[in-house]
Amino acid sequence: MFIQQLINGITVGGVYALIALGYTMVYGILELINFAHGEIYMLGAYLGIIILGFFTAVGLTSYSLPLALILTFVLSTIFCASYGFTIEKVAYKPLRNAPRLSPLISAIGVSIFLQNYVMLTQGATDKVFPHVLENEGFEINGIRVTYIQLFIIAASAVLMIFLHIFITRTRMGKAMRAVAQDKVMASLVGINIDTVISMTFVIGSGLAAVAGLMVAMYYGLVNYSIGYIAGIKAFTAAVLGGIGSIPGAMFGGILLGLVESLSAAYISSEYKDAYAFIILIIVLLIKPTGLFGKSHEEKV
Amino acid sequence: MTEGRRQKAEGRKGDSPIHRFTHSPFFIALWFAMLFLPFKGIEGAFVLFVVLLTTVFILRFLAGYIRPLKKRLQDAGTLIIQNAKCKMQNIGAKSLIFLLILLLCLPFFAKDYFIDIAILSGIYIILAQGLNIVVGLAGLLNLGFVAFYAIGAYSYALLNTKLGLGFWTALPASVLFSTVLGFVLAFPALRLRGDYLAIVTLGFGEIVRLVLNNWDSLTKGPNGIGGIQRPYLSDIPLGKLSYYYYFILLFVILTIFVVRRVYSSRIGRAWVAIREDEIASSSIGIDTTAYKLYSFAFGAFWAGVAGTLFAAKMQFVSPESFTFMESVLILCMVILGGLGSIPGVIFGSVILVMLPEMLREIQLYRMLALGSGLVLLMIFRPQGLLGRR
Repeated sequence: MFIQQLINGITVGGVYALIALGYTMVYGILELINFAHGEIYMLGAYLGIIILGFFTAVGLTSYSLPLALILTFVLSTIFCASYGFTIEKVAYKPLRNAPRLSPLISAIGVSIFLQNYVMLTQGATDKVFPHVLENEGFEINGIRVTYIQLFIIAASAVLMIFLHIFITRTRMGKAMRAVAQDKVMASLVGINIDTVISMTFVIGSGLAAVAGLMVAMYYGLVNYSIGYIAGIKAFTAAVLGGIGSIPGAMFGGILLGLVESLSAAYISSEYKDAYAFIILIIVLLIKPTGLFGKSHEEKV
Repeated sequence: MTEGRRQKAEGRKGDSPIHRFTHSPFFIALWFAMLFLPFKGIEGAFVLFVVLLTTVFILRFLAGYIRPLKKRLQDAGTLIIQNAKCKMQNIGAKSLIFLLILLLCLPFFAKDYFIDIAILSGIYIILAQGLNIVVGLAGLLNLGFVAFYAIGAYSYALLNTKLGLGFWTALPASVLFSTVLGFVLAFPALRLRGDYLAIVTLGFGEIVRLVLNNWDSLTKGPNGIGGIQRPYLSDIPLGKLSYYYYFILLFVILTIFVVRRVYSSRIGRAWVAIREDEIASSSIGIDTTAYKLYSFAFGAFWAGVAGTLFAAKMQFVSPESFTFMESVLILCMVILGGLGSIPGVIFGSVILVMLPEMLREIQLYRMLALGSGLVLLMIFRPQGLLGRR
């Protein structure tokens, strides 16, 4: 029972961590809580279903299932990355020098827009993931692990490792870290800030798309309103780990997934969604900088 | 950077063929159409492409004319507002009396349906004034404001149905309760900086809603509480719609009066000082924590009043009325009219209650419009329609 919940928790936690990375990267660079990020994750889930549905209709899934799945992942990631890129250009870029409340409200606006956009174009009812994968798995000592769970855990781990290498080893990653530290100084040494910010949104949205698609595979059902609650939880994960810190987001996501699945199993499942908020409030009150975060000094 | 040099830099950037292509109307329309493609198929994407292409072309074509025109319009706009303000000061009392008479006569010529909307607007005006104190004056973004509204409504509902208390005994109790909760939340939360505060209040709002939804033995969960009594005025039950309308009008006037007095008091000025610069205001001896606490509690106070009135009006409460979207809606009312401005907030609340009622045919699209409207408002007029900078 305990180990079963542990595995479920890590699965969900991996997904939270992937979404949380997008929050934390954007916050690190723009100091903006990107409320629309949860909706990108929802778009990812929908796009996955739509594209896979299209492949099924064309007959690609019966021809070669792995190819269809890989193409679905690639295409929905590209689409979501484009959405993230566009949202930044349309809704956040004109507000870069505005008071801090403005971009936040603009982000809420984008989030409402995207939710209703999907509801109007795809309907308000639940969407079912095409039945191409059997929910198979194996059992050891009564603990059931499905292949989808294994896939989610492996994929999140691989993506996080890639991201870590990208941030620490490449030129672009270095530029991102520089912009996060000081935008003006970074632009003075010749870093194109607009490119870096766009890149941040593209990567964050791509990760959210993968997370959305995996969740659609895992639960088999998606709804236009899943983005809000998942977004808040992922944000909690980002804050838990210390917002702006990439390893913090990974750790926070998994920790949150574990806490949620264990407390739903042992305390009460009715308040499943409330645990995230309670943890968030407690963390912010005790250690507002999170577990891995650095504290800011306010300058006059 | 000087103007000339900036133009040169932009010119250089604009000269590259790639840049010119990616900023052409064709590419912009194609880009959005591609994004739209998976959701509505080829036909939908094509329609969007054509519509966007023409709009972008027209906008580009007009851009040369628009810039001077926009400047002129803005100047004219400020002039009109200034003129109106001068006039308002001259005939302020007269027009106010006229407005009051109009509002008093409303039930005699308006349909029940319209009075119903007016009552709802009144409740939202009180609510939005409460939030305006927190967001507009003190500059603290509260995304869980609906929690206090919910607590006000549920307190009255429970006191009335479980203990049989009347409106006038329950009102102070439920308002006190929501105010105290405002204090309790604000006490720890105010140590946080802007964005974190927003998130904590959002979390608080969600927790309150989840508790209301799951505490079946007390709140009957998602089924809600029905059979709540309308208030009595001495012996007259305010069952008739027009009576309740006057009742709400009275409360709205009271709210505006009190809020106006507080705005121009020492406390109100301290809030504005904190909003403008927290460090500077603490250096001139304003106890920032205490004043932020007051603003939270005072906002929660009005939310409690509005909640009680709402429960008494609807005679039914359920957690569905107190979602995050409701918080956003109240925030929109405050922002649309103009942060920190009392007439602006009244205007914003009335508009946002009326508009959906008037646009019933395109009701499906109204949330879409609300979302994009928020973004556009932030980009083009962040101070709100009636606000000033």
